[in-house]
Amino acid sequence: MTAIAEPASVLPGSSGPGIGTRLSWAVTDTLTLTRRNLLVWLRVPAYIVFTVVQPVMFVLLFRYVFGGAIPVGGISGGYVNFLMPGIIGQTAAFATFGTAIALAQELKKGVIDRLRSMPMARSAVLAGRLVADTSRMLITILIIVGVGYAVGFRFSNGPAAAVAMVVLATVFGMAICCVAAWTGLAIGDEESVQAFGMIWLFPLTFVSSAFVPIGSMPGWLQAFAKNQPVTNVIDAMRSLALGHGLPLETNLLKSIAWLAGIYIIFLPLAVRAYRKAS
Amino acid sequence: MTQHSGGPAILVEGLTKSFGNVHALRGIDLAVPRGTVLGVLGPNGAGKTTAVRILTTLLQPDGGRALVEGYDVVRDAAAVRRSIGLAGQSAAIQEELTGRENLEIIGRLYHLRWPEARSRAIELLEQFNLADAADRAAKTYSGGMQRRLDLAASLVGKPRVLFLDEPTTGLDPRSRLGMWEIIRTLVAGGTTLLLTTQYLDEADELADEIVVIDHGKVIAAGTSEDLKGKVGGDVVEFTVPDRGRIDDAVAAIARIGEGEPHADADTGMVTVGVGGRGSDALVDAVRALDGAGLQTRGLALRRPSLDDVFMALTGHAAEEEEPAGGRRRGRKRGNDGDKGKDKTSERAAS
Repeated sequence: MTAIAEPASVLPGSSGPGIGTRLSWAVTDTLTLTRRNLLVWLRVPAYIVFTVVQPVMFVLLFRYVFGGAIPVGGISGGYVNFLMPGIIGQTAAFATFGTAIALAQELKKGVIDRLRSMPMARSAVLAGRLVADTSRMLITILIIVGVGYAVGFRFSNGPAAAVAMVVLATVFGMAICCVAAWTGLAIGDEESVQAFGMIWLFPLTFVSSAFVPIGSMPGWLQAFAKNQPVTNVIDAMRSLALGHGLPLETNLLKSIAWLAGIYIIFLPLAVRAYRKAS
Repeated sequence: MTQHSGGPAILVEGLTKSFGNVHALRGIDLAVPRGTVLGVLGPNGAGKTTAVRILTTLLQPDGGRALVEGYDVVRDAAAVRRSIGLAGQSAAIQEELTGRENLEIIGRLYHLRWPEARSRAIELLEQFNLADAADRAAKTYSGGMQRRLDLAASLVGKPRVLFLDEPTTGLDPRSRLGMWEIIRTLVAGGTTLLLTTQYLDEADELADEIVVIDHGKVIAAGTSEDLKGKVGGDVVEFTVPDRGRIDDAVAAIARIGEGEPHADADTGMVTVGVGGRGSDALVDAVRALDGAGLQTRGLALRRPSLDDVFMALTGHAAEEEEPAGGRRRGRKRGNDGDKGKDKTSERAAS
């Protein structure tokens, strides 16, 4: 019998592989699953179109339909410059629908059971999902930046700050990914996960500074809108993109505090949901 | 490598597991010798899937212990995972990817090098009669093909112990026979197999030993012949349209049966085990019923079913109950069944 036919025999016995081997498996398993997840994405053209076209539609709608009716004081270049950081933040948040749905599907189909019964790194399923979905999100964000440029948006705070804005959007998207992963694994049903995603993501992204200045909302709503994470992150992104004396430090510190909090709470919850997944 | 060549491949002692108030397992004992097939037979919600999930390290037991290849499923879970393969009730495959890609990815996750993962995938695709469909997306596969791919995936790591949870549920009869053939070949290669099923004929076809579980307990164990002996072999079955005369019918056929006749007062259905006497028993039954002046419908001789075993062992039919912890799986199984049917009808239509 050839070496190929006997993989089990190369695996060590009860003592198990050493820490070095386990770490290298964690990396290769994560890469294997990242590759798989990206491959699945490429095989479903309709899904690619949907994830890219939807934010493009939002850009066009708000730029040309609603934008004219939304006064934004103190933003040079007008509404399109106000809008684009908001749309990019929303795109990052909405990209996580895919995370939750994919995990719920894998759970339902028994894919997660199979992977959990295999001698692979247990961290790799969540890590591979996170890495693949983040890459996908980053690509979408870059496309939206391009579309933004086509409709008149300009970064006006230098290239380093522009890159920092994209990074912040991505780190924000990854945080929402952790929340989505948890909901996907804890709820475990595609349709319910999707419906639940609408319930928490829509208010968070729309009742924020993403599309309109918060000052235009009624007072009671402002209290929520001003102090929720999406507003803080989008204000920080806007400061990074546009400069012009927008309060960067405060916004950035608040964003980092929020994002750290989200990771600290929801990453362990997602890991726990994966471990107990059934 | 530890061989544990002395002990059984699977050893389960006093295993218990509850989900809230639902006692899925109430103290199960099992021993599966190396290279043999154990059929775990029981209705929905009996605790079969819970037992498989504990043995494959997916679920922690509340009490008792379980060893696979000598490794404790709780303390030595990683070693257990290196020894086992699992195919669950649904096809756990990535439908957007091709059959080949599915198996290659599993191979990579078993830490095979790329060339090894590729050749292992090809080997399995050929073995499972999927070579022609290797480069098609798995979502274009029929229900039977998807289950074969799923089974192939469970074998990528060359497991010494294989767990198949209801491998033919939701399959059409022809795919079911194909699956049996494949499973028989695997077992001939020396793999230890634990398979759960709701069908006595499936356990009969594939298993060396059968345990029957109901409400989380083993209620019988033995070979399929032993179990059929408990039923009384083949079964003569008929319906009495006049419910008032059921007792007369039972009395009339009591003499021809090997076991006690069972009658269902609601449906008017009467069954009795008749051993290996086959059509002679059928003729006797006709005479006896005619002699008693009884009208019957649907008089037939058939092989014993899970229901007959349950009737003989417990006095009640196999119940269709789902414990709370298994509800999600139950729903999933329903979907798969429908999906299997859809695929079949699609093929028939095209």
